[in-house]
Amino acid sequence: MISASLIQAAEGDANPLLPNPWEALVVILGFLVLLYVVKKWIAPAFEKAYQTRIEAIEGGLNEAEKAKSEAEAMKAEYEKNLGDARAEASRMREEARAEGAQIVAEHKEKAAVEAARITEQAQQQIAAERASAAHSLKAEVGSLATQLASRIVGEALEDDTRSQRVVDRFLADLDADQSAQAGQTGAAQ
Amino acid sequence: MATNEGGFQPPTISETHLPEIFPWMAEWGTGFGKNMLMVILSVIVISWFFMWAIRKQSLVPSRTQFIAESGYGFVRHTLGRDILGEKHFRQWIPLLFAVFFFVLVNNIFGAIPGLQLPTFSHAGPAYALAGIIWIAWIVLGFRTHGPKFIKLMTVPSGVPKWLLPLLVVLEFLSNFIIRPLTHSLRLMAVMLAGHIIVMLAGSGVEFLVAQQGGLDGYGLGALILVGSIPLYFLELIMMVLQAFVFALLTAIYIQGSIEADAH
Repeated sequence: MISASLIQAAEGDANPLLPNPWEALVVILGFLVLLYVVKKWIAPAFEKAYQTRIEAIEGGLNEAEKAKSEAEAMKAEYEKNLGDARAEASRMREEARAEGAQIVAEHKEKAAVEAARITEQAQQQIAAERASAAHSLKAEVGSLATQLASRIVGEALEDDTRSQRVVDRFLADLDADQSAQAGQTGAAQ
Repeated sequence: MATNEGGFQPPTISETHLPEIFPWMAEWGTGFGKNMLMVILSVIVISWFFMWAIRKQSLVPSRTQFIAESGYGFVRHTLGRDILGEKHFRQWIPLLFAVFFFVLVNNIFGAIPGLQLPTFSHAGPAYALAGIIWIAWIVLGFRTHGPKFIKLMTVPSGVPKWLLPLLVVLEFLSNFIIRPLTHSLRLMAVMLAGHIIVMLAGSGVEFLVAQQGGLDGYGLGALILVGSIPLYFLELIMMVLQAFVFALLTAIYIQGSIEADAH
């Protein structure tokens, strides 16, 4: 403790190292009050503001990050969809081409069958007509020949039996000739 | 100047102690004076400014809030986090903040015309503040390390045994007696010196101009007045620097107390 007499002694040329206890006391009390105020109100307020700002900034950054990743996901999905659509389109094109080819082949086959059928029918018809023509021709030619021969020969050939025999023989010869000719044509084919 | 015939009386240190306002406790020296009023004023100014500046706590700060936050951030990061470390600094921010701004504002009082008296140019306030920090340092040390704290602070490790008796005494003196004294006297001496320079220049000019007069008097007076302008700014730097040094040492002492076993 600094005694009063010491301070009194230093009064003339005050010793700057000797404290004034009054001042020291005021500083101690003042500082403790300030410390209390700072601890109770000032520091928490600043810390809170600081924390809020950090959160706001970090929140903003996180949000931006999230938006970015969302956009990227969307883009990836879009590209995937685009790829799918392209694949789908090419698959459909391929299918259509295959289908078209199949349809063409089917029609070709059908046409061929039809053509074969028509040809066969025509041949049959031709054959039938030819047979009927041959048949009617045979009768007609016989009568015509007979008529012609009777006109040429006259009354000599009145006898029916004889004339019938002559005609038959002529026709048999004709048949023989024709079949020989047909055989030659078949061999040529 | 002192040899001048007019008899210039340079101001003495006693004149830094102004007459008391109230004669309370006058038997202990000076009564309640300007210095004590300024201490109370500083407490009010600091509390009011920071509470007013942060009242809105807006995300985008106003200019006042920005200035206050810069001050708080400076204490928090430069004095707190960088020295005490990420783990411990939070609980010490209020102390460092109060110390720094208390010393700063009280120093700057010395540069404000009308007040013009740095509180810490007197030994009492400097001892008191250093004493508070000294007690906090010791209490913290015992709370962290128990009675081992005395040993950690006085017995240096890795020293030959025969040197220990000498070193223990030296370490004790250095850490427990000299450290708080230098902590307070560094601040007090710088503030006192600055204050005396201002007083000397002021009274010198007053003497030369008002009492001596004449061409020399006015000329020299003007010269001193012009010369005192850079000194004023030098003083301003000193005031801020000493507040920083005082708070920095506070942080270093606390750090030494927390991590006494790491030394």
